[in-house]
Amino acid sequence: MSTHDQPLLSARRICRSFGQNQVLFDIDIDLVPGEVHALLGENGAGKSTLVKILSGYLSATSGDIHLEGGARRYSSSGEAETDGIVMIHQELALAEQLSVEENIFLGRELRRGPFLDQQAMRKRCRAALAELETRVDPRARVNDLSTSDQQMVEIAKAITRDVRVLIMDEPTATLTEHEVEVLFALIARLRERGVAILYISHKLREIERIADRVTVLRDGRLIDSGPMAGRSKEELARLMVGREISDMYPERSGLASDAPVVLEARNMVVPGAVKQASFTLRRGEVLGFGGVVGAGRTALIEAVLGLRNRSAGEVLRNGQPVALRHLRDAVRQRIAYLTEDRKGKGLVLNMGLRPNLTLLNLRAYCRPLIDRRREEQAFQEAVERFDIRLRTEALTAAELSGGNQQKLLLAKVMTIDPEIVIINEPTRGIDVGTKQQIYHFVRELTDAGRSVILISSEMAELIGLSHRVAVMCAGVLTGVLEGEQINEHEIMQYASGIKGVGVDEQRRA
Amino acid sequence: MNNAVPDNKPVARSRASFDLKTWGPFIALMALAVLGVLINPAFLGLDNLSNMLTRSAFIGIIAIGATFVITAGGLDLSVGSMAAFIAGVMIILMNSLVEQFGPGLTTIVLGIFASLLLGLCAGFINGMVTTKGKIEAFIVTLGTMGIYRSLVTYLADGGTLSLDWGVRDIYRPVYYGNLLGIPIPVLVFLLVAVAGYILLNHTRFGRYCFAIGSNEKVAEYSAIHVDRIKTMTYMLQGVCVALATIIYVPRLGSASGGTGVLWELEAIAAVIIGGTVLKGGHGRIWGTVVGAIMLTMIGNILNLTDAISNYLNGTVQGIIIIVAVYLQRAAWRKSVP
Repeated sequence: MSTHDQPLLSARRICRSFGQNQVLFDIDIDLVPGEVHALLGENGAGKSTLVKILSGYLSATSGDIHLEGGARRYSSSGEAETDGIVMIHQELALAEQLSVEENIFLGRELRRGPFLDQQAMRKRCRAALAELETRVDPRARVNDLSTSDQQMVEIAKAITRDVRVLIMDEPTATLTEHEVEVLFALIARLRERGVAILYISHKLREIERIADRVTVLRDGRLIDSGPMAGRSKEELARLMVGREISDMYPERSGLASDAPVVLEARNMVVPGAVKQASFTLRRGEVLGFGGVVGAGRTALIEAVLGLRNRSAGEVLRNGQPVALRHLRDAVRQRIAYLTEDRKGKGLVLNMGLRPNLTLLNLRAYCRPLIDRRREEQAFQEAVERFDIRLRTEALTAAELSGGNQQKLLLAKVMTIDPEIVIINEPTRGIDVGTKQQIYHFVRELTDAGRSVILISSEMAELIGLSHRVAVMCAGVLTGVLEGEQINEHEIMQYASGIKGVGVDEQRRA
Repeated sequence: MNNAVPDNKPVARSRASFDLKTWGPFIALMALAVLGVLINPAFLGLDNLSNMLTRSAFIGIIAIGATFVITAGGLDLSVGSMAAFIAGVMIILMNSLVEQFGPGLTTIVLGIFASLLLGLCAGFINGMVTTKGKIEAFIVTLGTMGIYRSLVTYLADGGTLSLDWGVRDIYRPVYYGNLLGIPIPVLVFLLVAVAGYILLNHTRFGRYCFAIGSNEKVAEYSAIHVDRIKTMTYMLQGVCVALATIIYVPRLGSASGGTGVLWELEAIAAVIIGGTVLKGGHGRIWGTVVGAIMLTMIGNILNLTDAISNYLNGTVQGIIIIVAVYLQRAAWRKSVP
């Protein structure tokens, strides 16, 4: 036991800056063999940056890393892996067109002479998948697998290596409940085997179950670190979010009790994503949507907007049934949608900022040819209104920071002068300052009598901004919380299907 | 807040002042022209220049259509066969109309009209199968390329379709004639280029082509009719092919299975030399015009010199295409960090 108390991997005074922006300040962390160390923090707290430094994907601006007391300076993830430090990514990093076994052994294929040893690889691959209790076929193409199966392949890939330090970056985000259980059992076995595990999550219930030790980051600073025993969930939540939670969110605007319903969805069904969901949105209201990733929130909203096909359901705008078959129809109904995938769906990255701004409502800048002066004028107004900070050389959207991209996207959807604004994960990957601006902007929207739907995986955001919170679990809208009900505990209960509509049906299924 | 605005402006201006990506093709064309003059002063002769531009008009007009298709992220390999097919149908139609209307203007106008309609339909088919069938443009147009080629061979019964001599006499000026000293094909080329430039750079349609070619998902999430715009680019391509064919038919007065062979590759080459990005998202009409002229100019210069065999035309063209794209990539890498 005494050897176990010696840290295997330890980091001292780690700092990291991106340009002018420092994201990590003097972080110390120790990973001990046979221990699960949880790393907690809100989005943007610096968790991912820290683990990327530990696993060689990024280098620290300053600070030291020691493995078994010896100084290490990794310049690539390959070097870290040679030392047995393996990371399972939050964003899946698999070659989609290759098979499961080809992925698992990618870059370290077993060989017999000059040829691949297919049999040996298949055998080891099967063993790893069996340990994970998954029915994934080693020969299946990764592209054909569900996201949760892909996540299991990522995990299998990690455990087939001689792993001494295993870093998991939010591994359960896309897993089903059963898979989470299997993963936890595996973590227990790895712990017994003496592997040092660093587990990143902001799901406190998970942390409570598996962590031996916990470190909390906030805004790039180490806030707290120590054994899990003796630390309560509530305390950790408070440490994670910090004091500024009160100034972070503007006070909610008052909502008239007779505010009319501007949008209603009834009995929506989206094949493979939403089983049953109905909701109403009132004038001047912020309706939050909570639930874990994959619960069907985005699918529901995109089906309402006509971006996805639904197999049943009805949408009413101001009480009148409307047929929204394409986003154009939604735009005509003055509904704006900010996608959660800024880079993939929101902005044309290699295009200039002005064309990006006007793309959604280009008609308004044409007479009949595009009037560049009017575009420029709109752009200058947007820069001022949304406080878009232009780096000196920002010519294309790709060159803007995440926060400024989000502001540009916000400005883009506002060009249609919407009555309803639907925002999906408004603050993913953006800094605290910009977050606060966006929260105040949401308040401005409701002050002006517009309505907002807010889909967010950040509990604090939902609690801080919403008048009501609709919670989804596995494709079912399990409940709509109001007033005092809007708290972390209650949202979690509905999000995990312990409480609410459809619980019995799901148990039976 | 406000200070960010003036900060940004001078930088944008200084960057725009010289851009190798924009001016590269023009510089290359000038260099090639200087080379031509050095090799043979006859290069600059009015006859030679006007002859060269006339020849480049076919590929040029087709390539302007291709600029839209490629900018919007598509590809059309069928243009060469389509030209042959349209030419074949046009000749058969006009020959049969002669019996009714005689070898007059009516016959020719109806032939031209049919040609444009055919081009529009052919493009529509390419576009619909690509977008609604969700099949890669490469595959679809490879298929239609084979279909049109075999159809024209079938129509000609393996031989050559010849235009009625009476019609030919009246139709001749469309290729050989001129207006104020400018050959008609050059004039059409210029008009198509100007229209194409305005369409691509100053209208919603053009802006949407850029957006779709860059990222179809973003376009969809920006409430753009992605399928419709893409289909329209193929239809535009079809019309350009028809226009090129209308000018081409009076030149030889015939069409066969060998008409328009490899035009698709020449058109794509012209587009790429001009600085349009093959995978879509960025297109440049004047670049395409320059590219088309350059390809013809290479052949022309080789004609004027004995130093390199005329048979090596393809080799020189190939080298120029690769070098042009390499230079653009180098400039691209430098300007986008």
